[in-house]
This record gives sequence, structure tokens and C-alpha cells, in this order.
Amino acid sequence: MNDDRIREKLSILADAAKYDVSCSSSGSKRKNENKGLGDTGSGICHTYTEDGRCVSLLKILLTNHCIFDCAYCVSRKSNDIKRAAFTVQEVVDLTMNFYRRNYIEGLFLSSGIFKDADYTMERLVRIAKKLRTEYKFNGYIHLKSIPGASDELMAEAGLYADRLSVNLELPTEAGLKLLAPDKNQKDMIKPMNFIKNEIILRKEEKNLFKKAPLFAPAGQSTQMVIGATLENDRQILYTANHFYNSFNLKRVYYSGYVPVSNDNRLPGLSTAVPTVRENRLYQADWLMRFYGFNVREIVDQNNPHLDLDIDPKLSWAIRNLQHFPIDVNKADLQLILRVPGIGLQSAQKIVSGRKFGKLNWENLKSMGIAINRARYFITCNSRDFERRELSGTRIKQFILAGSQSKYLKQKPNQLSLF
Amino acid sequence: MITLVYDGTFEGLLTVVFEVYEHKMALVKVCRESMVQPNFFDAKRSIVSDTVKANRVLKGLHQRLSAGGVQRLYATHLSEIEGEDDNLLGFIRYVFSTNTQVEEDFGNKYVMRLSDTLKKVRREKHRMEAFVRFQKMADGIFYASIQPDFNVLPLILPHFKRRYADQRWIIYDIKRAYGIYYDLNEAEFIQMDFASGKPYNKTIFSSYSEDETLYQALWKDYFKHVNIPARKNTKLHLQHVPKRYWKHLTEKF
Repeated sequence: MNDDRIREKLSILADAAKYDVSCSSSGSKRKNENKGLGDTGSGICHTYTEDGRCVSLLKILLTNHCIFDCAYCVSRKSNDIKRAAFTVQEVVDLTMNFYRRNYIEGLFLSSGIFKDADYTMERLVRIAKKLRTEYKFNGYIHLKSIPGASDELMAEAGLYADRLSVNLELPTEAGLKLLAPDKNQKDMIKPMNFIKNEIILRKEEKNLFKKAPLFAPAGQSTQMVIGATLENDRQILYTANHFYNSFNLKRVYYSGYVPVSNDNRLPGLSTAVPTVRENRLYQADWLMRFYGFNVREIVDQNNPHLDLDIDPKLSWAIRNLQHFPIDVNKADLQLILRVPGIGLQSAQKIVSGRKFGKLNWENLKSMGIAINRARYFITCNSRDFERRELSGTRIKQFILAGSQSKYLKQKPNQLSLF
Repeated sequence: MITLVYDGTFEGLLTVVFEVYEHKMALVKVCRESMVQPNFFDAKRSIVSDTVKANRVLKGLHQRLSAGGVQRLYATHLSEIEGEDDNLLGFIRYVFSTNTQVEEDFGNKYVMRLSDTLKKVRREKHRMEAFVRFQKMADGIFYASIQPDFNVLPLILPHFKRRYADQRWIIYDIKRAYGIYYDLNEAEFIQMDFASGKPYNKTIFSSYSEDETLYQALWKDYFKHVNIPARKNTKLHLQHVPKRYWKHLTEKF
């Protein structure tokens, strides 16, 4: 192995893979039973890049040669960049050696499409197979499914991979037509459907026969680029909601568009990455998945965009003041979860703690509740509570005045007299 | 006020609890030998660890706490934070003071403090599972040094033993001068004499395996290239990877 060449390849193919944001390595319970290398569990972030994103998997492309010309992608055919390709053995060696040093949880392998979908997919599957069977590798493997690949290859991929994913790329079909004319949503939905059905089938098998093989035990996920096209948050979240419901997705990732091209269909090169919007979308996603919110409560016809200056839960609460205040010593867990400033863990703590005695502000504070936000929406075992009839706008003002948003780059101007 | 000094082991702490009940002591402070501060005003008494006494306390705890609850108590004890032993004593007294199961009484200050400290210990455990960086030595052993804030080696052992079952490895806590050695069958605690390399009297501290330098370089390359400069966020980066861990992280040194 030529040291300099492999280093150059890794640099090129890591660079090309980094816009795929999925980094999760959880959800699979592969055990190290064959005295091989590795296992999977709740996932570990081994380090964080300077942009603050977690590194848990060796995330690379097999090659950045691509026959497609998607405007938002660095590896598009028409882009004049260095191209490279790994051999199967090179990817296997990198994965094993990185894993042995505790650098990573496993491999995230994607690829540009060379020749055709099946040809590319076959290589990806071959790498996963080699790791599992020849090298007894039990770490995490996430394979990107190439849109348009055959069912047989997808079925084989699921036997070796922990997670499979097909990227939706853009939230709407119209956006896709505009920026990725070679792709269409049908090609993406077909493998998603196949994976979904296969997972259900294998699960049933597994219930009958304990030794039945695993099929993508960590499920499937997808990703959408945000801010490259003009979709509003409502369209994005409705799409996400649809895919959560119809395809049992584990995760939908939202990737703020990083300008990589001066194509006039796209935002200009100097445009900032929409990180705040991305963050609000993830918060909304969490509300749907863990907090029992319906997507229609978060965004609707009148509120097609998420508030950028406050989080979506607070935003919902000040639009729906009729539900508040609630008494934390009596209310159901489901209601407590809807209070701004109370998270999943603190809600659990409240419900457990109140069995032993009524909770007051001090108790709530020590449980980690953000009192500065929660105080407008709850009462507890104290005579002290918000007695004023405050409008939603006032509450928002008070909360914003009392907190320092990590996103607010420009502090509101204060009048200075001197 | 009397200060009870013990050897710092969990067994020692349980013995302290036994003595407190045996002699009906009301106001006490608990302190480890290694943390004793010279103080002429407080009376001190040394408590010698006693397996029989400790086991009696442990049995009582098992009756009143869930299995996870006893494990949590042990993990919290590994924090070695000053004053934490007093809280543990307070917690145990609270547990014995009532017949109901109080593990989830988060309105109680001892229970809440235990939960907070446990969170810190678990975070450190998780960090070590993430931040251990093995270096492959010429004799094939994978070696890593760590300096965790809390004494988490006993907590991370099972994870590494499961995961790295097919390679020999050592994880060494430089701060507390002991480590774990896994020999493909068993994982055991060891203390090393770095001057002579004993008990593994080999060249492991002088030379890397042939490909070690290449893989370290590859990992550094990878770390640099997955970063997206347009999204730079130093504050978040430092929050996740505090500087005190950098000296053992291949990608940061």
C-alpha cells in the first residue's frame, strides 16, 4: 500500500462524504459472540469536528466519480474536482484499523454512482460482506442504498448492514426536478418500501425462529437538504411526518445547504448555512417523535415557518395559552411534556418525585427545569406563581429578555444616553 | 462533630455506615485517608474496612433498593468528589429510615444530589469509552493512557472487554497509577513500573508497530477533512471535547 496515495484518497473521499449528516450508530444490538471485533449498542461519539458535529463512523464514499449532475452536490459530474476510488480491500483495512484503535463505531459507506446503480450497490455490499464474514467485524455498518438498485442487492445489503438509508435529497418532487433532473422520487421510494417490508417480515420470522438472520436491525433513515430550494418548514415537516408514518423511518436528517456551486438555481456562494433553521427543524422533529405533538400543531397554514428566535415548543405554547397554567403536582405526563422548559428526563423526574410529596419551585429547579421559561406555564406547591394575565407576545418578550440565545449574533440595540 | 476516616474503598464506606449505626453517631463527617486535611479541632477516628460489617450493610441495602440502585450507589462512590461521601451516608441513612422505596424521591436533597453526581460519573465513563485512543505497539498490544476526572476504570472494563475481544490491550489511568490488561481471555487490574516496563517486560513503551504511524496520520487526515469550515462552531467543539482531554486524543496532538 502506497502511504501517500491512500492518504490522498481518504482526504478526497472523506471530503466528499461529509455533507451526509447522519452519524448515528445506535439502535442495533449486534453482540460480539464469535470472539471477533466489535459490538454495537447505544452508540458513541468518538470525537467532534471543529464545526461541532459528532464523529462516530468512518464516513466515506467508495468513489466520487458520478454519472449524475445534481446541482447541490460537490461530486456532480460537471464539477471540476479531483476524483478517486477506493478498492474493496482498502475500505476494509481502514475500517478494521480505525476500529481497533477505538477511533470509530463503524463504517458509513456511500458512493457516487459509476456505471449504473446495481454495479455500484454490488461493490458496497461486497465490502460489508467481507467485513462481516471474513473479518468477523461486529461493529456498526451503515450502507447508503443507491436509488434504482435491484431488490436482490438490497436484500443482501440488509443482511450485513445495521442501517440502510436512501436520501430523499429534497423535500418535494418539484425541488428534485429542478436541481437533480437525473433522479426522481419513485426511484427512492421503491427501495424504501422494499426495506420497510423486509424489516417487518424478518421481525416476524425472528419471533418464530430465534436463529433467523437479522435484517438492518437499526432500521432505515433518510436525509433532506434544507435551504437549497424554496420549500417552507410546513412542507418539510409534512414530508418528514409522511415518511415517518409510511416507512417506519428511524430518523429524518435535515442538512442545511452548504453553498458549493454558483449555479443560478441555487443560493449564492456567499450565503450563510441555515444552521438556526436546521436546529429548529430538529427540535420540531423531536416534538413529533418524543413529545407527542402532531405535526399540525407545530406548523400549519397560518404558521408555515418555525419561529427562528424561540423554539417550536414555546412557540406552540404561546399560541395555545388556553391550556395553561397546569399544576405539575397533578397533571398527566403527556401534559407536563408540553410545558416549555421541561424536557423528557425532568418530566419523568417530576412524575416520580411527586409521589413522595408535593413539589415546589426549589425541587423543580434542582431537577433541572428551566424555570425562566416554565414559570409562565405552571403552578406548583407554592403561593408564588405568575398572577398577571400576560399575552403571548409579552411572555415571549420576557423570556427573550431574560435569556441569551446562543444563535442571536446581533444583540438587540440598547439606547445609550451618553 | 467527629470525622470518620476510611481507606476510600466501597467496602470501607459500608463499614463506616455500620459503625455509625453501631455506635449511634449522629453528627459525623466521612473522609478518605487520601483527602484528610490537618485540622486540630475535629476529632478523628480511623475505620478499618471489614468485609463482614460491610456485607451486612450491603444486604440491608439490597432489601431496600433495586439492583440498579445499589449499582448506582457504587458508581457514585467512584466520583471521589470531596463531600460526596457525606451525601452517600445521608442517602443511606434516608434509605434505612423508611420502609418505602425512596430511590425516585427526587424532591429529597440526598436523592437528587446522588442523581446529579451519578450523571457526572456516567458522563465521564461515556467520555472514556469515546476518548480512549489505542496505539498499536510492536508486540501487538494496543495501549492507551487516560486521565479521567473520576475513577471510572472499573466501570468501562466490561465495555472494552466485550468490544475488543480479539486483541490484547491495556488501558492505563496515569492519574491513579493503575490500569486494565486484557490478554484475550481475562481482563485484570495491573500496576506498572514504567521504568522497567514490568510486569510486561517488553519494548511496548519504546516502539510502535510498523503501521501505527500511518494509521495515526490517516486518522488525523480524516478528522481534518470531515470538518465543514463554513459551519465552524468552536464553542460547541470545545463543549464536546474539553481541552483537558486533548493530550490523549490522536486527532488533537
